[in-house]
Amino acid sequence: MSETPTTSSHGHGPFIAAIDQGTTSSRCIVFDKDGRIVSVDQKEHEQIFPKPGWVEHDAAEIWTNVQQVVDSAVEKAGITAADVKAIGITNQRETTVLWDKNTGEPVHNAIVWQDTRTDALCKELGRNVGQDRFRRETGLPLASYFAGPKIRWLLDNVEGLRERAERGEILFGTMDSWVIWNLTGGVNGGHHVTDVTNASRTMLMNLHNLQWDQKILTSMEIPAAVLPEIRSSAEVYGEAAGGVLAGVPVASALGDQQAALFGQTCFNQGEAKSTYGTGTFMLMNTGHEPVNSYNGLLTTVGYRIGDQQPVYALEGSIAVTGSLVQWMRDQMGLINSAAEIETLASTVEDNGGAYFVPAFSGLFAPYWRSDARGVIAGLTRYVTKAHIARAVLEATAWQTREITDAMTKDSGVELTALKVDGGMTSNNLLMQTISDFLDAPVVRPMVAETTCLGAAYAAGLAVGFWSSTDELRANWRRAAEWTPRMDAATRDREYKNWLKAVERTMGWLDDES
Amino acid sequence: MARTIQSLERAAAMLRLLAGGERRLGLSDISSSLGLAKGTAHGILRTLQQEGFVEQEAASGRYQLGAELLRLGNSYLDVHELRARALVWTDDLARSSGEAVYLGVLHQQGVLIVHHVFRPDDSRQVLEVGAMHPLHSTALGKVLSAYDPVAHSEVVEAEREAFTPRTVTGLGDVEGLLDLARARGWAADVEETWEGVASVAAPIHDRRRMPVGAVGITGAVERVCLDGELRPEIIAAVRDCARAVSRDLGAGRF
Repeated sequence: MSETPTTSSHGHGPFIAAIDQGTTSSRCIVFDKDGRIVSVDQKEHEQIFPKPGWVEHDAAEIWTNVQQVVDSAVEKAGITAADVKAIGITNQRETTVLWDKNTGEPVHNAIVWQDTRTDALCKELGRNVGQDRFRRETGLPLASYFAGPKIRWLLDNVEGLRERAERGEILFGTMDSWVIWNLTGGVNGGHHVTDVTNASRTMLMNLHNLQWDQKILTSMEIPAAVLPEIRSSAEVYGEAAGGVLAGVPVASALGDQQAALFGQTCFNQGEAKSTYGTGTFMLMNTGHEPVNSYNGLLTTVGYRIGDQQPVYALEGSIAVTGSLVQWMRDQMGLINSAAEIETLASTVEDNGGAYFVPAFSGLFAPYWRSDARGVIAGLTRYVTKAHIARAVLEATAWQTREITDAMTKDSGVELTALKVDGGMTSNNLLMQTISDFLDAPVVRPMVAETTCLGAAYAAGLAVGFWSSTDELRANWRRAAEWTPRMDAATRDREYKNWLKAVERTMGWLDDES
Repeated sequence: MARTIQSLERAAAMLRLLAGGERRLGLSDISSSLGLAKGTAHGILRTLQQEGFVEQEAASGRYQLGAELLRLGNSYLDVHELRARALVWTDDLARSSGEAVYLGVLHQQGVLIVHHVFRPDDSRQVLEVGAMHPLHSTALGKVLSAYDPVAHSEVVEAEREAFTPRTVTGLGDVEGLLDLARARGWAADVEETWEGVASVAAPIHDRRRMPVGAVGITGAVERVCLDGELRPEIIAAVRDCARAVSRDLGAGRF
C-alpha cells in the first residue's frame, strides 16, 4: 500500500542553502529536495543597548557571521558549490542599515526593529492625521518598528549623512539588502535590491503598485537615491561573488514571518500560520488584493514569485507569549524551566477563575492601547500557582483567538485550520488550549524550521529546483494535530471572562506617553 | 537506638560545615573544627569529592560544596522538558522511517506517551499523547523495564496480560527479552500488543546516564519487517534518534 520509506535522503544532492539573518543570530541551513535538513550552523551577534529603548546591531559583524555560518553549514553537509542550486535569504524585518556605497562601511550601527527611538518622530510625522496617515498606501500605522522613520532618524542624526545621501554616496537596506549586496560582490558590483515583503515594512512602499511612494518619501524627507530596487521574493538577483558558494545564484528574499508563511505552504487564500516564540506573529494569506484592516491588523505583502501576481497578507502580533513564560521562570521563580509551565498547569483542571492579561507594555493587536498594563484578575483564596500557570497559557490562546477574530472580520474568510510553528509548539497543553479556544484544528508541520524552509522554497522555485507551489505543498507533512474538545457554552463563558479582564487593563497609565 | 555509621555521620557534619555560609575551607580548618585527624578528614573529603558533593578549588586547595548537591534537589527530569528536547529529533525520525514516533516514560505500572509524531503520510491520525501502554509487551515498555530498575520491578510484579497469541507473559521469558534488550541496546514488539503492528524502541539517557525515557517507531508489520525480520535501517534510525536526544540532555557519546 505504501512506498518503501527512504531512510537516508541525506548526502544525495542537489541542495538549497538558506540564510536566516535573525534578531539574535545568523543561521544557515542546507535543505535537500524533500525539504529535510541536511546541516545547520548558527552564530549569535552582539545586542547593543546604547540607551533605554535603543537596540542596535553591528552590521559588519553580522556580515562576517553570515559568511562563517554559510561556510560551516556547507562544510558540515560535506558538499561543494556545485551541489548547491541556489541561496535563499530570510531576515529580521525592519532593521535598518545605511552604508557607504564606495567603501562598503556602515555609517552607523543598524537600528533594530525593537528600537523605540523614533516614537516621537512617528508622532510628529502623523501631524494632524495621527498614526494612520500612511495606512492607505502602506497598510501600516506610524509606529517605531518600521524602517522609514529609522532612515530619517539616521539622516538627521549622523553628521553630514544627509548631504552624502543626496549626493548618491549612501545606500539603505533592511538586512536582506545588506546581505545580498555583500554576497553579490559588495563594492565590486554588489546588487542593491530588496524584495516586496521587506519593502512593505519600510512604510515607504505603496502596497498597490509595489513601488516606492514619492509622496511619502517627500513627507519623510528621504532621498530616493538611497533606496534599493524592489524585486520579487523569488528570482535570481545575482550570483555569490566569493566564499564556498561562489557562483551560486542568490534567488530569494523574504522577511522572516513571510518566509514562515511560505515554508508552511500557506499558498491559498484564508490559510494562516502562527509562529509562537518570545512573541507571536500570525499571518493570513488574503489573495491577490491587499485587505484594509479596520480591526487593528497590519496589511502586508505575503510574497511574490517572479512576475506572478503578488500575494498579500494580514498580520497580527502578540507582544508577550513565550516571554510571559520566561517571566514566570525568571521574575516569579514559579518554575525552573520554560517546559515546566505545562507540568505545573497540568496539575489543575482549569484556571480556578484567574485570568492573566500580560499587557506589559500596553495592549497590541487588535486594541492598540499604550495606556494599558498587565493584570491578573479573578483572584480568590482558592487560586494556586498552578491556576496562574494555566492562566499564563490561556493568555496566549485567547490572544490568538482575538487576532483570528479580527482577521475573519477584515477578510471575511473563516479560518479552517491554524498551522503553527516555533518553540512553544512543544507545549501540548497550549496547543490543545488554542484549538479549544479557536474551535478549529491546530496543526504542526514536521519541519520546525519553517522560516529557513520558506526562503529555501522560494529560492528553489526561482531556479527550477522545485517546479511549483503544488510540489512544495506535497512536501508538507503533518507532525501533530490538535482538535477542539471544549463545548461551546464553556468557550463562550470563558471568552467573556477574558474580555472582562482585558477591559481592566485599560487606562492604567494616566497620560499616554 | 539503632547502630549508626560513624563515617557517614562525619561526612554529614562536613557538608553542614561547608554549607555554613559562602565559604571555602582548608583541610586543617575542617579537621580541627570536627575534631578529626587530618588523614581521616582527607579520606572522607576525597570520597565526597569523587561523588561530586564536594569540590576542591585548584589554586588554594580549599574545599566547597559541589554541584551534585544542587542536582540532587531537582534531579527529576520534567517530561515536558524531555519533549521539547526531543522535538527536532523525533520529527526527523518520523521522516526518515516513514512511521509514527512515540516517546514514553514510566508512569505507575505502564508507559505514559508524552510525545507522538504522526506517520508522514496524509492519513487522518489522532494525537495519542497521554495514552498508557503496557510495560511487558511494547517496545517502549521493554526498553524502560530493561534499563530502569523501578520499571523492572513493576513488570515483575504486574499481571502480564496476553494481548495476542504472540505476547510473552512468563516471567522467565520476559526476563530473557529484557536481557536481550540490554545486550542489543534496543527492543522490539512484533504483534505482541496489537495484531498487525510492530515497533522498535531505544533508551534515552540523561547527563548521569540515568534512563529517563524511551523513543520508538510503530507501524504496520509489513512495513517495519522484511521477510520476517525487523528492517535494520529502521533499528539504526531509532537508535540514532535516542542517542541524539540523550546527547541533547547532556549524556556523553556512547
